[in-house]
Amino acid sequence: MSLCLEARQLACERDDRWLFQGLDLTIRSGEIVRIEGPNGSGKTTLLKILSGQLGDYQGELFWNGAAMKDAREHFLANLLYLGHAPGIKAGLTPLENLAWYQALSGKSNQDSDNEESRLDALANVGLAGFEDVPAGQLSAGQQRRVALARLTLTPRALWVLDEPFTAIDRYGVAALEQQLVAHAQSGGCVLVTTHHELTASPLLRRIALA
Amino acid sequence: MATSVGPLLEHNGGLMIAVRATLVRDLTLLLRRRGEVLNPLVFFALVITLFPIAISPDPELLATIAPGLLWVAALLAALLSLDSLFRSDYDDGSLEQLLLAPQPLAALSLAKVAVHWLLTGLPLALMAPLLGIMLALPAGSYAVLAVSLALGTASLSLIGAIGAALTVGLARGGVLLSLLVLPLYIPVLIFGAGAVQAAILGDGVSAHLAILGALLAAALMLAPWAIAASLRISING
Amino acid sequence: MWAFIHKLGSPKWFYGISAKLQPWFWAAAALLLVTGTLWGLAFAPADYQQGNSFRIIYVHVPAAFLAQSIFISMAISGLVFMVWKIKVADMAAAVMAPLGAGMTFVALFSGAVWGVPTWGTWWMWDARLTSMLILLFLYLGVIALRGAFTSRDSASRAASVLAMVGVINIPIIKYSVDWWYTLHQPATFTLTSRPTMPTEMWLPLAIMVLGFYSFFIALTLMRTRSEILRRESNKRWVQELVVGQVEEKR
Repeated sequence: MSLCLEARQLACERDDRWLFQGLDLTIRSGEIVRIEGPNGSGKTTLLKILSGQLGDYQGELFWNGAAMKDAREHFLANLLYLGHAPGIKAGLTPLENLAWYQALSGKSNQDSDNEESRLDALANVGLAGFEDVPAGQLSAGQQRRVALARLTLTPRALWVLDEPFTAIDRYGVAALEQQLVAHAQSGGCVLVTTHHELTASPLLRRIALA
Repeated sequence: MATSVGPLLEHNGGLMIAVRATLVRDLTLLLRRRGEVLNPLVFFALVITLFPIAISPDPELLATIAPGLLWVAALLAALLSLDSLFRSDYDDGSLEQLLLAPQPLAALSLAKVAVHWLLTGLPLALMAPLLGIMLALPAGSYAVLAVSLALGTASLSLIGAIGAALTVGLARGGVLLSLLVLPLYIPVLIFGAGAVQAAILGDGVSAHLAILGALLAAALMLAPWAIAASLRISING
Repeated sequence: MWAFIHKLGSPKWFYGISAKLQPWFWAAAALLLVTGTLWGLAFAPADYQQGNSFRIIYVHVPAAFLAQSIFISMAISGLVFMVWKIKVADMAAAVMAPLGAGMTFVALFSGAVWGVPTWGTWWMWDARLTSMLILLFLYLGVIALRGAFTSRDSASRAASVLAMVGVINIPIIKYSVDWWYTLHQPATFTLTSRPTMPTEMWLPLAIMVLGFYSFFIALTLMRTRSEILRRESNKRWVQELVVGQVEEKR
């Protein structure tokens, strides 16, 4: 398996200000790519463009050699995006939250195997015992963990993570970092922004925005 | 801990699974906050109570204006609940995730609108005959009132969802939402209230209901695309 | 074809070509409006039923025509902007909205004034006036939505979508209001629906309609040009242009 997300001459203008211009980048299997830059330099915008959420940019995107607009469905089926907000409904339990995400990935959430995998995913992020507590009663860090449980629940090759370490405690950070490395080692690809200093690794590549 | 990455996934459809899960999710969420479901109904009853007080308790007078009053009040009640349609999804980030689902956004947002109608429009339609009694609505028009409201509020939910999607990114979108949506509600109001009036006069109502049905069909075909486009705009901030 | 569309999309190109077109439209507007007004007010015969008060038609009908046409052009501009990402189209749509709202108001106001001699009241729920009133609300919605966004890109897109949704609804609203009107007031006659109008009455009307359109095009060109300068003020060609004009004055 190999994947390749390529951007050619990417440029984005927000209300008369160029966030970035002439950006060329290629992201391949087995890489952890960290987007760096000061606040307001367009990191989140770049991640949103690269994950296909924003349409108003200049330049071209290619997914495995095909133009993004032709390969969009295939791209989305292999993408897992975690944004600033965790995307967890306060009124639903962690299990119910994950059930919806599982269904969006095309797996029936009523299958008992699938329920098993939801429980496993929650146990993986250290939330065993919190399966049926409404997510609104969990702490910010725990809600973030519910969102991170999606990484194991719905396996996707490309992870696009915007500040995934926010609100996570020290042990959680170490575990998540390991998970990112493991994902890249097994042929996946991680695109990440973070203020947290990632441990140097041959897989890690940095892209700086001015 | 090592998650093995399999081969790249082909998009496997799963539209029905995703739509059903979205229906279940939104229904569960709303049924857990019953207040939000009850508020439009209470509002409806309250507004209907205001009219006899403000105008006159005379049953004859009330009977002549009842179809219009009931329709306008139901329309406003349905409008009231629209602002929250996408608001919480926007705030907690699940709207982003909805946009990134491989399934078409139009279909998924249609599921959300369906839940809105099921828990707002339909209860309003079922409750309207009760309030009709209080307004001395002439006999023979009760069934038409409920049916026209059930059909009409479905169109209202669809059209209103476009406005809700356009204003979801704005901090105070509530009043603006009404300004955007109310003019578009007028055809539905004309034929909805017209149906009840025709029933009172003993004219045939099938033409009115057919037009309401046609409006609904048109809204069903066009509105989901507009909702999807508007959501994509709103997520851009 | 593509090259042409993108050329059309360049604000600089549009700024240049509109400078050449603008005077022609102003001249046409002045000529047509003066001719139409003189003819309509002084020479056209008085109406056998309404007397001289019918002459309000020479303002009311062109304004009502234009009010609807502007909404349609606004929606088309929005579509062009959304599909081809042509910014000039959005700038034009942005300046058209207040113009359209103004025209709608003129149509409503002239209709109300006309109502005094005709119906003896300032306001009747006449089919045309009601449709115009709803159209005014649609315009106000588009203007308010555009103003509500902090990001201009999002504002432009949102306003475009709303204009397109509105334009699909305008015929539906119009027909349902007409239907509603005939149901409730079959006896009274509408302001302008008359089966026959002698040539010397409708010819000045046609001239006035053309004059209103020319005026609208000229005004839109002018305001789009200033919108271009405002939005492109940090672009090199605008700065060079301004520097050039300042030096010329010296």
